[in-house]
Amino acid sequence: MSGPLLVVADLVTHFPIKAGLFRRVVGHVRAVDGVSFHLDSGETVGVVGESGCGKSTLGRSVLRLVEPDDGVVAFKGEDVLSVDKTRMRELRREMQMVFQDPFASLNPRLPVRDTVAEPLIIHGTAKQEARQKADELLEAVGMRPEHGNRYPHEFSGGQRQRVGIARALALDPSVVILDEPVSALDVSIQSQVINLLDDLQHRFGFAYLFIAHDLSVVRHVSDRMLVMYLGKVVEAASRADVYDSPAHPYTHALLSAVPVADPGVERKRKRIVLEGDLPNPGSPPTGCRFRTRCPIAHELCAIETPPAVDVANGHMVACHFPIERGETLLDRVAQLGRSVGVIGG
Amino acid sequence: MEVQGLTVEFPTEDGLVRAVRGVDMHIAEGEVLGIVGESGSGKSVTALATMRLLPKRAQVSGQVLFEGRDLLTLSDRAMRGVRGSDIAMIFQDPMTALNPVFTVGEQIVEMIRAHAPVGKPLAWKRTVELLDLVGISEPSRRARQYPHEFSGGMRQRAMIAMAVANRPKLLIADEPTTALDVTIQAQVMEVITEVQKAVGSALLLITHDLGLVAGIAHRVQVMYAGRVFENGATDEIFYRSVNPYTKGLLRSIPRLDAKEKTRLYTIPGLPPSGLSRNEACPFRPRCEFADAVCGTVPELVEVVPGHQSRCHHTQEVSM
Repeated sequence: MSGPLLVVADLVTHFPIKAGLFRRVVGHVRAVDGVSFHLDSGETVGVVGESGCGKSTLGRSVLRLVEPDDGVVAFKGEDVLSVDKTRMRELRREMQMVFQDPFASLNPRLPVRDTVAEPLIIHGTAKQEARQKADELLEAVGMRPEHGNRYPHEFSGGQRQRVGIARALALDPSVVILDEPVSALDVSIQSQVINLLDDLQHRFGFAYLFIAHDLSVVRHVSDRMLVMYLGKVVEAASRADVYDSPAHPYTHALLSAVPVADPGVERKRKRIVLEGDLPNPGSPPTGCRFRTRCPIAHELCAIETPPAVDVANGHMVACHFPIERGETLLDRVAQLGRSVGVIGG
Repeated sequence: MEVQGLTVEFPTEDGLVRAVRGVDMHIAEGEVLGIVGESGSGKSVTALATMRLLPKRAQVSGQVLFEGRDLLTLSDRAMRGVRGSDIAMIFQDPMTALNPVFTVGEQIVEMIRAHAPVGKPLAWKRTVELLDLVGISEPSRRARQYPHEFSGGMRQRAMIAMAVANRPKLLIADEPTTALDVTIQAQVMEVITEVQKAVGSALLLITHDLGLVAGIAHRVQVMYAGRVFENGATDEIFYRSVNPYTKGLLRSIPRLDAKEKTRLYTIPGLPPSGLSRNEACPFRPRCEFADAVCGTVPELVEVVPGHQSRCHHTQEVSM
């Protein structure tokens, strides 16, 4: 196949803010505000960001589980946002979603075999055949055959997530959107599910859009990463570049804040403390949205929204004053004669 | 504080759930002890039991010695005197500690006055100082606001201010930052450790996040299935663990600073149910070292001074 599997360009999803007696629309939350990326077959693109950055809405918008207001989603060259309902249903065979809480997405009254077989039956597979396929899928995600007869409540969180994955894979999709798939799981179970997703990708060639708040997990699974802040992608880079030469000050701050399970590393590390809280997404700052917390912001940042610029081989940064390779945010802060809150070191 | 043979059982429809099965624990003045474990390991129940905050149906036995007194035998009234003054707790959800219908300042004032004969003006002055200490800007204006006017990170700070209001000797923080974003988490952990040092209290940090304890704990206690599996100085646990569960857990975590994309280590299977009556080592079905000897629960044995592990195969594991 030529070209990327999935292309998202300038995607915009706004939610109305309603207020007053008549629930009048008084403004919009720009949950996703001009996001572009592409996903090739067999690769994993990770999306990270803190709560309210729009990463979950991004995943849902691609599948039209929420309707985007503007932009392009092209799957294998077809414009997903303009197709009718019938065609959209067909397209959802190829683009599936796995949610954080598998309990909410599994029918409590159905044995899990039937839950996994359901999408197959809806899409025209004979019942007997669908059940057989469901058993194979359950086996592929590491469940035992007798598990098929059991109900969701009989399983642990990790097992339920396996069922959720089996169901998403039933229709042999080419894109799987994973929204916080391991966030609710304990460490020892989390690594099982991460490895399972990896195995399935190698075996079936799925492309993953992996959305999570845990930077270590996302970096582990991703080939490329998108860092989001208040509805925008501030940096998009390979897993190596994100860590080795981050260019956006927010990425620097985010990386510095993640605790590493290594006392030696932790003792030496300097954490950058960002001032204040996330601004209200209903009325984001003018210009660059990160400027209110950015230790190196200039006047320009309040006036002009920084465009995404390619700093090296597809490493995209939306910052007027990106950090250079080999430079740190603290170097830049010092160079400007400013100060920033630092913990440790 | 010294905990000896703490056992907590909950009667349920399915039988007796044995959440904590004989936990020994001690924490010295000013010490930071991290208690690490996954859900169901009994780490939170242990903390709640020491504070006597479990529901009535919980059957608690053992001893919780605090400055020579056994907290488990105190009257409810005496225990209320201990809570919030000698021992204070920081929770995951600040709204469990903050009352939505009173201003933040009123609540901290009440906390101070409940444990010390202090006049209102003085208590108010101290409240403003406390809010300043935890990094809340414009503390005197903020003190007059209600919890809903605070952001999540600020509520967390307000709760910390309330917890340290009476300079407790022991601060218990149960998953204090789990609900927070990582940049806010860094701020809040900084506040907790700064305040803990300023007040001179010991800190018992209960978390599932090994990264969090790596940075601040002097000592780490790893729990599994209601028991302490390993206990030792932070470096001993992270670099010289001799317990198969701890080792497996450490190898299962994806590391942010990993160079190559490598496969994660996994501990197979699931933790046992709290209902289990099995007298074998609870980690046996998931352990690569398990053999016939593991049919009995191993004792917590000292490996090197100050470092204990619960395993029959310490020799092999440490190799």
